[in-house]
Amino acid sequence: MKLRVKLFATLRNGRFDIKEMELPDECKVLDLIKLLKIDQKDAAIIFINGIHGDFDSLLKENDEVSIFPPVGGG
Amino acid sequence: MDKILRIDMGAPGGPKVKVDGLGSYAGLGGRALTSMIVATEVDPMANPLGAENKLVIAPGLLSGTAAAMSGRISIGCKSPLTGGIKEANAGGQPAQVLARLGYAAIVLEGNAPEGKLYKVYINKEGVKIEPADDYKMLPNYDLIDKIKASYGDKVACISIGPAGEMKLSAASIACTDMEFRPTRHAGRGGVGAVMGAKGVKVIILDDSGLQNREPKDPEKFREANKKWVDGLRSHSVTGTALPTYGTNVLSNIINESGGFPTRNFKEGKFEGVSAISGETFADIETKRGGNPTHGCHRGCVIRCSGIYVDKNGNYLTKQPEYETVWAHGANCGIDDPDTIAMLDYLDDNYGLDTIDMGAAIGVAMEAGIIPFGDKEGAINLIKEVGKGSYLGRIIGSGAAVTAKVFGVERAPVVKGQAMPAYDPRAIQGIGVTYATSTMGADHTAGYCIATNILKVGGFVDPLKPEGQVELSRNLQIATAAVDSTGMCLFIAFAILDQPETFQALIDMINAFYGLNLDADGVADLGKKVLKAERDFNKKAGFTAAHDRLPKYFYTEKLPPHNVVFQVTDEELDSVFNF
Repeated sequence: MKLRVKLFATLRNGRFDIKEMELPDECKVLDLIKLLKIDQKDAAIIFINGIHGDFDSLLKENDEVSIFPPVGGG
Repeated sequence: MDKILRIDMGAPGGPKVKVDGLGSYAGLGGRALTSMIVATEVDPMANPLGAENKLVIAPGLLSGTAAAMSGRISIGCKSPLTGGIKEANAGGQPAQVLARLGYAAIVLEGNAPEGKLYKVYINKEGVKIEPADDYKMLPNYDLIDKIKASYGDKVACISIGPAGEMKLSAASIACTDMEFRPTRHAGRGGVGAVMGAKGVKVIILDDSGLQNREPKDPEKFREANKKWVDGLRSHSVTGTALPTYGTNVLSNIINESGGFPTRNFKEGKFEGVSAISGETFADIETKRGGNPTHGCHRGCVIRCSGIYVDKNGNYLTKQPEYETVWAHGANCGIDDPDTIAMLDYLDDNYGLDTIDMGAAIGVAMEAGIIPFGDKEGAINLIKEVGKGSYLGRIIGSGAAVTAKVFGVERAPVVKGQAMPAYDPRAIQGIGVTYATSTMGADHTAGYCIATNILKVGGFVDPLKPEGQVELSRNLQIATAAVDSTGMCLFIAFAILDQPETFQALIDMINAFYGLNLDADGVADLGKKVLKAERDFNKKAGFTAAHDRLPKYFYTEKLPPHNVVFQVTDEELDSVFNF
């Protein structure tokens, strides 16, 4: 299945900002994170189509996945 | 810090100085002190610009000590913007310097006769008040240049720009930073207008010859401070994210969540976000020879600010905060960092709240005064405020006034104060804080973004009403306590996640004052402050009807999630049940 993956802040270092990716069906967020060699503790906030997800969230065709390290501000 | 400096600006024959003991205010600092003094001494029905109002300036309990992050100052009064009690909080150098001078608070009372303007100079010898006619209508940067020529750059200043002198209800009070620039502002609620009404242009604080305040138990204090700093440095938000990207690291994440208010709160995602994100700002600052990692006061270990330089490498302004980038960026449909930085500089220079200015321009754009995305137009509107034209005075009075004058229904305000950078429909917890805070719409009063979006201190689904009241209540209580310590609110990211870091803060307060405070005691302080503030607002005429969002947040769906604010009135009315 085809996915749009967006990385932010320090996760972009040595990776990318936005990428169209092809993943096997039935993939979970955790599979994607492993594929991208992102440490689990560095994937603090995950959005799937703008809705909070977690490592176990199942991905589907054309999903947009955004991954953030721990961040804060205000 | 065992005395209160009172200056009666309206005394016959000129300003009169009196130094009081702490009396019943002993043990209070920061917001606790400003709110208690205002609640006790100011008639809730007073006109905010009248002689009965008081402007209270208080460093926090730990300001002026070696405690890291303790450089926040609270400025309180009855607000000309909201008509309720106000505490506006700023960084910069003044909190540390004022605390070392021994003052728990400066209270400006009475109003100087119309047309009179003064400067107040305070050092270890005492207080000198002189006419400041040659400072009249000077913007903050020009004022600070003049002061540098007369007093050097080792002093710290608290000042107003033309907006404060014109008594505009979105006028801020500037505090100088480590480089002696007027970049850190007590922005919200029109506190600058009250200082203008008092007739004080600037307070110059000189702590030469003075040392840090000494704790009762230096050994325990040192130990706790070390744990404190270690805790802040090891937490990923306070140790990595904030230093690297600053507060504007939030633009991308709030945009992804669908709660990034765009074009006067019409949409929740901005197509130009990438160009104005924290990542982009940090990149620009590094490439042009600015600095993306810089503290706002000495003793800050988080260093979330930075230095923004123009295309030629010349200083333009400090790194604009997330709220400013959003207000002048997405909210106005502007995606140009240099324009946003210029607007930040102009706001600081004229002495204006960046949130209410961005919101006011967004409203003016909706009214068709200028189109959304008009960079030059936005700059010109802020310049109009500096000039004091009629149009400028309207904008400088904030989003609520601007909406009324131009007949715009969508005024994103609560109690007259503009909402900050989070749409309460897509992030419902912050909507509870906006609606019920004693301050009007204020994200810092109970920062539910932490738990709704950033997954700090747990997780409560931002799109649902469940759990938001309890979240906002607990955060409002904790914040009222933190705002009283002089600590930067960003410490909350670490203390919400790390109990040992929270304990280190309590240990520091105990070691400094010889107390036995525990976590419950901290919460009790927060509750006491909120109750005093609520009580003041009630007497000023506020009812449950004022604890609501504007109607359109309940009826107009916000894309992309197409949600409305769903927390019920009954639930909102239960926030202060404690």
